[in-house]
Amino acid sequence: MKKSLSTYLRQLEAESIHIMREAAAEFDKPVLLYSIGKDSSVLLHLALKAFYPSRPPFPLLHIDTKWKFREMIEFRDREAERLKLDLRVHTNPQGIRDQISPITHGSALHTDIMKTQALKQALGEGGYDAAFGGARRDEEKSRAKERIYSFRNSSHNWDPKRQRPELWRLVNSHMAPGESMRVFPLSNWTELDVWTYIYLEDIPVVPLYFAKERPIVERDGALIMVDDDRLPLNEGETPEMRMVRFRTLGCYPLTGAVESTATTVPEIIEEIVQSRSSERQGRVIDHDQAGSMEKKKQEGYF
Amino acid sequence: MTQLKVVGDETETDAEARLLSRLAAEEGRGLLRFLTCGSVDDGKSTLIGRLLVDSQQVYDDQLQGARRDARGDSEEIDFSLLVDGLQAEREQGITIDVAYRYFSTPRRKFIVADTPGHVQYTRNMATGASTCDFAVLLVDARNGVLSQTRRHACIVSLLGIKKIAVAVNKMDLIGYDEKRFDEIADDFNAFAAPLGFEDVAFIPLSALKGDNVIAPSAHMQWYHGPTLMGHLETVQVGRAAKAQPFRFTVQWINRPHLDFRGYSGTVSSGAIAVGEEVVIHPSGKRVSIARIVTGDGDLERAEAGEAVTLVFTEEVDVSRGDIIAKPEEDPSNADQVAAKLIWFDEEPMLPGRSYALKCGAQETTATVSSLKHKLNVDNLDHVAGKTLELNEVGACNLSTGRPLTFDPYSSSPETGSFLLIDRLSNLTVAAGMIEFGLRRATNVKWQELSIDKGARSVLKGQKPCVLWFTGLSGSGKSTIANMMEKRLHAMGRHTYVLDGDNVRHGLNKDLGFSDADRVENIRRVAEAARLFVEAGLIVMVAFISPFRSERRMARELFDDGEFLEIFVDTPLELCEQRDPKGLYKKARAGLITNFTGIDSDYEKPEAPDFDLPTRNSTPEELSEKLLTELRRRGII
Repeated sequence: MKKSLSTYLRQLEAESIHIMREAAAEFDKPVLLYSIGKDSSVLLHLALKAFYPSRPPFPLLHIDTKWKFREMIEFRDREAERLKLDLRVHTNPQGIRDQISPITHGSALHTDIMKTQALKQALGEGGYDAAFGGARRDEEKSRAKERIYSFRNSSHNWDPKRQRPELWRLVNSHMAPGESMRVFPLSNWTELDVWTYIYLEDIPVVPLYFAKERPIVERDGALIMVDDDRLPLNEGETPEMRMVRFRTLGCYPLTGAVESTATTVPEIIEEIVQSRSSERQGRVIDHDQAGSMEKKKQEGYF
Repeated sequence: MTQLKVVGDETETDAEARLLSRLAAEEGRGLLRFLTCGSVDDGKSTLIGRLLVDSQQVYDDQLQGARRDARGDSEEIDFSLLVDGLQAEREQGITIDVAYRYFSTPRRKFIVADTPGHVQYTRNMATGASTCDFAVLLVDARNGVLSQTRRHACIVSLLGIKKIAVAVNKMDLIGYDEKRFDEIADDFNAFAAPLGFEDVAFIPLSALKGDNVIAPSAHMQWYHGPTLMGHLETVQVGRAAKAQPFRFTVQWINRPHLDFRGYSGTVSSGAIAVGEEVVIHPSGKRVSIARIVTGDGDLERAEAGEAVTLVFTEEVDVSRGDIIAKPEEDPSNADQVAAKLIWFDEEPMLPGRSYALKCGAQETTATVSSLKHKLNVDNLDHVAGKTLELNEVGACNLSTGRPLTFDPYSSSPETGSFLLIDRLSNLTVAAGMIEFGLRRATNVKWQELSIDKGARSVLKGQKPCVLWFTGLSGSGKSTIANMMEKRLHAMGRHTYVLDGDNVRHGLNKDLGFSDADRVENIRRVAEAARLFVEAGLIVMVAFISPFRSERRMARELFDDGEFLEIFVDTPLELCEQRDPKGLYKKARAGLITNFTGIDSDYEKPEAPDFDLPTRNSTPEELSEKLLTELRRRGII
């Protein structure tokens, strides 16, 4: 059988392209937040299509917490080279100075300093007035409430009670200096749509998404991969090789793997269709308390 | 097996074969975008939770979350916790903003917008409804049709949704009573007849118990219609955008190098093929399509919904916001339109105030020139009014800064809808649906006169301008303006003073002191001042002009450097102490209402061209300062 996009995916693709073009035309200095994950891969793929034969009229920005899986960084650099991307990488210098780590400082502080604060710094220093992100409404229930143009005040905070009405395809890009917009072209995509699109369009993704024997320790039910020797092993803990893959990618001690035998995109899709757990289940940071994603977003997290 | 598979690999795996055959089987499966709406507590979120759970779209950890969030280990699932994603929503047990959910059955894919029922969040309900083709309007069987039910039905119809289902919920709480159900249906029909729905299905159900949601209810043998899901899976909707005239909005000029110039945008209706002739609006230029470019290669043809880049056979001037159509299928073009507005902001709509208007990729300014009537959503009566308050719906005439290219909303929502944006707060204050263009726009042409402002200015040896004095009542605006005129007159300059009180005796004697009238007051004076400036005069306007947006509107009528905003900065206490006309005393006694500084706001200028603190200076000293400034600017 031959691969071609379904009517529905073509509709989603066109909608996302429309959003990207609109933002590129309306904002002075947009940037694409590139997190290396599958959603970013799709977002980048769409950006390359949206402006063809021009190059995307904005750079890519990666917030490097220094705790990303090694394979993610390798993939990032390979893709940047292959696609000749204008990729900028930012790490919070304060975090490096204070040696902030999710292990010694806990996930909440690490996320705040190395992700939220770092993102604010990078957006401020770059003078970006709009940032594309790969967030989807089906990911999490506070995301389900977010607009396509998500307005942030000059402190980058989100006010969920005062979101701008967004009717039809019309979006409001008016802002005062210092304020900014987060733009989510993939709002209406689901996890299944993303993987089906990746399959049909042959979009490269980080190999960590595919099942493989990896060194794993089990902590509070989460399967944590021992990616390098920065992960201190508790007494009695020995990494064992288990067949796992990652459904979502974040900082390595904060992202749990799932047991899986899916080594190809079609197998991953099959696994998702049959799964009884949501995508973000492996994210330790989402489970601090109910509403924790919303709280992080209000503080400026993507 | 390898991790990165080769495309079109001969050795297709089993998983791959299964995926491709599933995709092929699903290809014919259409998409229905619908919303759930209705009054608060009618059970909208519960219904969606039930639809999701019963169609197996909820993951175990999310279901567990719905228990955990409820602060208990109860086995009972609170369905609404699956969709009410904001902390404030869970705390108050209400829905504030629209949530989008995605699910599918073997027959259809669904995108559902769960919208809030509270009247203060109507704007979020309208947001959800604007992209939907179908609405499920919930009614609590115990309460029947409420004001908010009617409001939502109204907005749904206003936004052009033709088919709806009225889900009479909580039937379990009224003993599955058929008579009550029939009463509610009759009630609704009696109200909704003028709304022009093509099809209204009434379905008795219990979202909590699951009756008639997915499975037919055992408790209502008297009901023979489909379940809600059955109806959602089969109802025929769609505006057949492909059959409409071709419309393409230019969003972005694609110009990677000198040899390529394309226009990127989305086909909003109809279809186009390479070689066809098109007309660019508003310029009216005719060209032919040379190429239809996409990231996947060139196309021969593009149709509604496709995002492409058009290349023309010859180089013409095309800008963002232009609309491409076929010959003989012209969109309308006018700078005066009749439209329905839904007002979203706490600040009321004021006729005459200048807002930013966004229609497709066109952006200009717009003022509401008249509010023809408001719509009473309870009985659809037309009500007279001067302003629109939060969540009110009105029929208005608008005049725009530049002519708009558009279609009536009823035939083309994509090219017939717009947003109004407040130019100071930057908030989206209204959604609009264009009904038709007013011919006045094309009939009243600006008469080009042979003697222009420049010619008159040369003859008079002065640069015409307006000195706009703003400040509280009693701050000294008229005194200083009068002094200035005497000095300028003595110097042989040609001047005129427009004084607030004097103009209200003639030109503006029909206006009162409400916010709406104050805006119109300023608009007329600004226009009058503009004519005097055209005539070559130095015009002094002494008006309280309390609102920033109107002063800004006035400023925009003039060329750069022609408008000088002068803030006569006298503190309220001092004005009140002076009280030259005894007005403050009356206002304090409640004899005058809407008095600036007392019970009506004065918005201080943020960056006036000239700040005149009056406390320690005489009018002579102040006018001397101003004259120096005018000389410095080369006006005299």
